[in-house]
Amino acid sequence: MEFGKLFELLIAASLINNFVFTRFLGLCIFFGVSKKMETAVGMSITFTSVMVVSAALSWVVFTQVMVPLDITFLKIIIFIGIVAAFVQSADTIMKKVSPTLYYKLGVYLALITTNCIILAVPLINAGEGYNFLESISFGLGSGLGFALALVIMASIREKLELADVPVPFRGLPIAFITAGLISLAFTGFSGLIRL
Amino acid sequence: MSLIREKGNWEIFKNGIFGENTIFRMAISLCPSIAVTNSLKNGITLGLAVVFVQVMVNVTVSALRKFIHPKIRIPIFMFIIAGYVSIIDMVMAAYAREAYREIGLYIQIIVAFASIFARAEVFASKNRLDKSFFDGLGMGIGFLLAMIIISFFRELLGKGTLYGLKIVAGKPLLIMILPAGGFLAVGLLMGFFNWIDIRFYGGKGASGAA
Repeated sequence: MEFGKLFELLIAASLINNFVFTRFLGLCIFFGVSKKMETAVGMSITFTSVMVVSAALSWVVFTQVMVPLDITFLKIIIFIGIVAAFVQSADTIMKKVSPTLYYKLGVYLALITTNCIILAVPLINAGEGYNFLESISFGLGSGLGFALALVIMASIREKLELADVPVPFRGLPIAFITAGLISLAFTGFSGLIRL
Repeated sequence: MSLIREKGNWEIFKNGIFGENTIFRMAISLCPSIAVTNSLKNGITLGLAVVFVQVMVNVTVSALRKFIHPKIRIPIFMFIIAGYVSIIDMVMAAYAREAYREIGLYIQIIVAFASIFARAEVFASKNRLDKSFFDGLGMGIGFLLAMIIISFFRELLGKGTLYGLKIVAGKPLLIMILPAGGFLAVGLLMGFFNWIDIRFYGGKGASGAA
């Protein structure tokens, strides 16, 4: 497996097909936790690591269990099960092993199950037939892309708090319009790599 | 939520469409509102899929509410939702190939919709079958209406067409069907509904609070 292809996948997943700005997944979390920089960073770290592990786990289950047994039609149910089970166990293990880390990141862990990206990545991996390393780098790229989006948005929204926004647009509406402008900037990345 | 329990079916139905409209009021399940609203057809297709899933999930959860142990309710709700989504997914893959190619991923993502889970948890697990049915119907149709409104504007401005028919001549605003246009359209519509709320009903702009 050439390293170049993996790197291309990573760039494509994080910048060109950024999940938030071009595929619009994970918006609920995106708007929910981008109010403060601190929470945004915490969420980014937790999210990226969960993303990579769940991409790897669901690849193993998909190719080693589901394809041989010919039950790929159950993929939605099984993937959501894997993610939920993994998040729950990570939560329990973290609480025991490292309470300080749990205190900092535990809140985000619970939120992650409701994030659609976490389900979309295994589904896309299965649909495109990526191999193990490709699946992982796609997962990592998606995680980093989400982290990037979250950090950009949080830094803008912290400034927005002080701005004089017209009353009907305060809160979410202006956040949406800001996201639209960032998204416009991200269109500039399209065509960076041809896959 | 205790007030809602005394309401009639019609009020429950209306609550989903206006009072607690998923997109414009509660501001949840936003991902599809932008992803598939670049044409009216896609918006309506996904909206109908959501109506089906929401109603069926509410009915099932309500029917089984006495048997579901509260401690394991979350995974059970998840599996009920995933089951109905799989049905829709496979039906669409078989009979609506054209639409499935464009919005198939988002159909599968319905599993992770906060709104469907929220209604199962907040309403269906505590209420009678008929009430849950109307709650699901109202919520689903409220979502469908929001999708129609957003995709109406985006397709009209972005392509100059409606449901594939040419309406406006001349050069369309390409930005509206680009990803960025989705965010802008939802932001502006939300602001508009807030403005109506503040101007005519003396509200504080519900979706601004989130």
